[in-house]
Amino acid sequence: MARITLDKLGHSYMENPVADADWALKQVDITWDDGGAYALLGPSGCGKTTLLNIISGLLRPSQGRVLFDDDDVTALSPDQRHIAQVFQFPVVYDTMTVYENLAFPLRNRGVDSATTDKRVREIAEFIDMTHRLDDRAKGLTADGKQKISLGRGLVRTDVNVIMFDEPLTVIDPHLKWELRSKLKELHQRVGRTMIYVTHDQTEALTFADKVVVMNEGEVVQIGTPVDLFERPQHTFVGHFIGSPGMNVLPCTVDGGKVYLGGNQIAVANDAAQGGGTAEIGVRPEFVSFADNGLPATVVKVSDAGRHKIVETRCADQTLRMLISEGVEIPADGVKLAFDTANTRLYTDGWLAGSRSAGGEGR
Amino acid sequence: MNKTVNQKAWLFVLPVFILVAFNAVIPLMTVVNYSVQETFGDNTFFWSGVLWFTEILQSERFHDSLGRQMIFTFSILAIEVPLGVAIALTMPRKGAWVPVCLVLMALPLLIPWNVVGAMWNIFALPDIGLLGYGLNAMGFDYNFTRQIGDAWFTLILMDVWHWTSLVVLLAYAGLVSIPDAYYQAAKIDGAGAFAIFRYIQLPKMKRVLTIAVLLRFMDSFMVYTEAVVLTGGGPGNSTTLLSIDLVKIALGQFDLGPAAAMSIIYFLIILALSWVFYTLMMRNEES
Amino acid sequence: MTLELRQIEKTLGTDVHIHPTDLVLEAGGFNILLGTTLSGKTTLMQLMAGLDRPTGGTLHFNGKDVTGMRVQNRNVSMVYQQFINYPNFTVYENIASPLRVARMPDAEIKKRVGAMADLMRLSPMLDRKPAELSGGQQQRTALARALVKDSELVLLDEPLANLDFKLREELREELPKLFADRNCIVVYATTEPIEALLLGGSTATLHEGRVTQFGPTGDVYRNPKDVISAQVFSEPPMNTATVRKVGDRVDLGGIAYWPCPAVLSDKPDGDYQIGLRPHHVTPAANTPDGAQDGCVKISGEVLVTELSGSESTVHFKVGPEVWVSLAHGIHSFGVGEVADLQADLSRAFYFGADGALISS
Repeated sequence: MARITLDKLGHSYMENPVADADWALKQVDITWDDGGAYALLGPSGCGKTTLLNIISGLLRPSQGRVLFDDDDVTALSPDQRHIAQVFQFPVVYDTMTVYENLAFPLRNRGVDSATTDKRVREIAEFIDMTHRLDDRAKGLTADGKQKISLGRGLVRTDVNVIMFDEPLTVIDPHLKWELRSKLKELHQRVGRTMIYVTHDQTEALTFADKVVVMNEGEVVQIGTPVDLFERPQHTFVGHFIGSPGMNVLPCTVDGGKVYLGGNQIAVANDAAQGGGTAEIGVRPEFVSFADNGLPATVVKVSDAGRHKIVETRCADQTLRMLISEGVEIPADGVKLAFDTANTRLYTDGWLAGSRSAGGEGR
Repeated sequence: MNKTVNQKAWLFVLPVFILVAFNAVIPLMTVVNYSVQETFGDNTFFWSGVLWFTEILQSERFHDSLGRQMIFTFSILAIEVPLGVAIALTMPRKGAWVPVCLVLMALPLLIPWNVVGAMWNIFALPDIGLLGYGLNAMGFDYNFTRQIGDAWFTLILMDVWHWTSLVVLLAYAGLVSIPDAYYQAAKIDGAGAFAIFRYIQLPKMKRVLTIAVLLRFMDSFMVYTEAVVLTGGGPGNSTTLLSIDLVKIALGQFDLGPAAAMSIIYFLIILALSWVFYTLMMRNEES
Repeated sequence: MTLELRQIEKTLGTDVHIHPTDLVLEAGGFNILLGTTLSGKTTLMQLMAGLDRPTGGTLHFNGKDVTGMRVQNRNVSMVYQQFINYPNFTVYENIASPLRVARMPDAEIKKRVGAMADLMRLSPMLDRKPAELSGGQQQRTALARALVKDSELVLLDEPLANLDFKLREELREELPKLFADRNCIVVYATTEPIEALLLGGSTATLHEGRVTQFGPTGDVYRNPKDVISAQVFSEPPMNTATVRKVGDRVDLGGIAYWPCPAVLSDKPDGDYQIGLRPHHVTPAANTPDGAQDGCVKISGEVLVTELSGSESTVHFKVGPEVWVSLAHGIHSFGVGEVADLQADLSRAFYFGADGALISS
């Protein structure tokens, strides 16, 4: 097990990258503590799979170093790095039984058969596969195969990190839930470092203690799920995390005060340092109906079961709010209030006042 | 209502049915017809029952040519399949060299069979052929028209040259269909090159290899043109394979009855062995 | 415009794919088929389209029997989970393809494709090939192709399943708008309850080849007919347990008791099944009995807690069952800890031995 440090890591798939856009991965500096559960979250093509492959050793970075504890492993192969990986599409050895699949990484490393047997049975117990040890791996369902892939990682005692590359893609939706909780439970039981790559915010946020949000080859924010939800550093994080995402409303700043359609809006951060394009960021969860506030009209109400998503027009902009099941929606003369503690000003996309204080990701 | 619509479908099958009848069923029936009758060449036939079959099955000549056929077939299978897989494994899976390699591999397959025979015949001639002359120059006493061992060597070498490509292409198709994740997972699991071959590449190639073995088996059992052009079955009868022998009986001696019986036995042997191969190779698929 | 299924069924050998089904679908609003993988959504759609023949029953379009009519002779469009486009055609040609088949004049095609591309925000990429597009753009191209001809029946088979989370959210919002002013019957298959809810319209819940309930989406969600329909329409899965009615009290396996609800008051004593959606089970309130009005406190051993930044999901043991609580805010429990939670009894469903909802 090890602490993982990514030191000034960058990667380009081109021979001679010139422009900023040539880099699949711009400079990344991250330190991950031993035993943590981490997620890499971002849309398709944001560079998260590139980063994952660099950590696992399947790809050599164009620049920078990967450190496991204090050892530079940049030049080592996946095998030498002692890592395990669960892929998007389940990888099992078809001709082997479940038992042989689990034993494979140990046998390759010349572990004696008594130890192998003990480990395999222990891990089979962990992943609920004890009753299927003698079955052909080929006949398993997709979620069973993913459990085997994970088991092959867990069975080794020398694994530094277990990585997951969108492991739930091919799992039936009603089983996704179960396997996701199982992963979380396993992490809590085995205490290994795990890195989970996904585009699905729910998977990332529920699995990880710390989430790295990426966009266009850059790390936009690293934080706990609560940080990302309550204090997005960038409008992208606000938009990408949460369903629906944060409302981002163009506004004007005058003398340290924020105005939206002529109404002054109180914000939680320092508006005085504003400059560039100014936007107010407020999550749908933090907008409520009030007796006094911004006048708005309700455009559409979508029933999501446990809550309603209300789309309103406010100061000529679309603003969404989330209303709990059972709360009445006023017919007309709607007034909206923002929760000040969760309303922030963003300039050029970044949280106002954060960049000069050494904001993250830049 | 379902039925009327379904019946219409037979109309579409009919042309194929007629075609197959003309080019397969009718000739086959003619052969069956010949195999149970005796003729003296003036279109008069006499019922002879299973006479020809017993005669053929008991004849030493048939046993010899069947034996030679078996040696030939299993030799080329034993060489071409492993060699083909080995070549496929060394071929690049990505990049600019892929089309070049594929075209090079396909070349021998594009050459007409009689040309292959003629080419090798000249190539192996001890006085002017590059192979024959070269071997003699190196001190080997090589003459495929006179020495039995040399004739076999040349015959098998020619078939390997001509047909290994087919195995390569099929094995290659199986290899490229393996997702990268499998190789990555194996690397991570610490598997060596042999383990990767044994547990990933071979299982994933199994289906195409089964097809390759079956195709090569059936084709080699029916090999005729190249062998005739190269050695003409000689020296003596030493490279007279089943098909060559069959043609000698049927068209050389005009013994239509025995030839027909031999054809049927020949056909049944291929059918039976193909079935055995197929079930053996597919046995593990089901479980 | 109506599409009516009368006792439609599909069997293959001894396998029943679709049990005899009656369903009347109408234009305006989505008709959603909600069910897990292999519940029969795709088979049902193929029967509706005429891609597959039913082994029994008849299909009527606007009252006319169209059973066995070939799909080519009916005005049907279909969009699949995989992004299916002609790889060698540009986006423009892809969208135009159904119109070319219909031998429409070039000028008209140009007009229609242009309008459709604007609507789908594909105008800047009309000259590109599908392989050069993102997943979302590819699926929008497939949707545009399905919509450009005025189909009477549009079948969408999990069209958003292969898209990124955020894109899915975006398209889910756009889709109802696209169909708003069209006169056609839209059928939409999905595995996700939230998708059904947000798309609105009507929903049919499917389970093992049977339509268990059909009605306005909100109604089906809030008033499930039976335990299976409620299960299909619940994500995460609905919490269930056996409760025993004894006189004027209900007993949850000795873990909790509460006064007999009105719906059970005139029912005989005995075992019933309770169903509670996860968001109606929340961390206990700060009151003397640990529960708000109308709620009951339930304690159980925690198996795992998942925090998503704005919500907490707690899996805990209730007797032999595993229940899930889903609540706003951050509520962290350690593994193995005994957590106090409350169940909102006013939202509870009670089901009889046959699984049917007991209602007043």
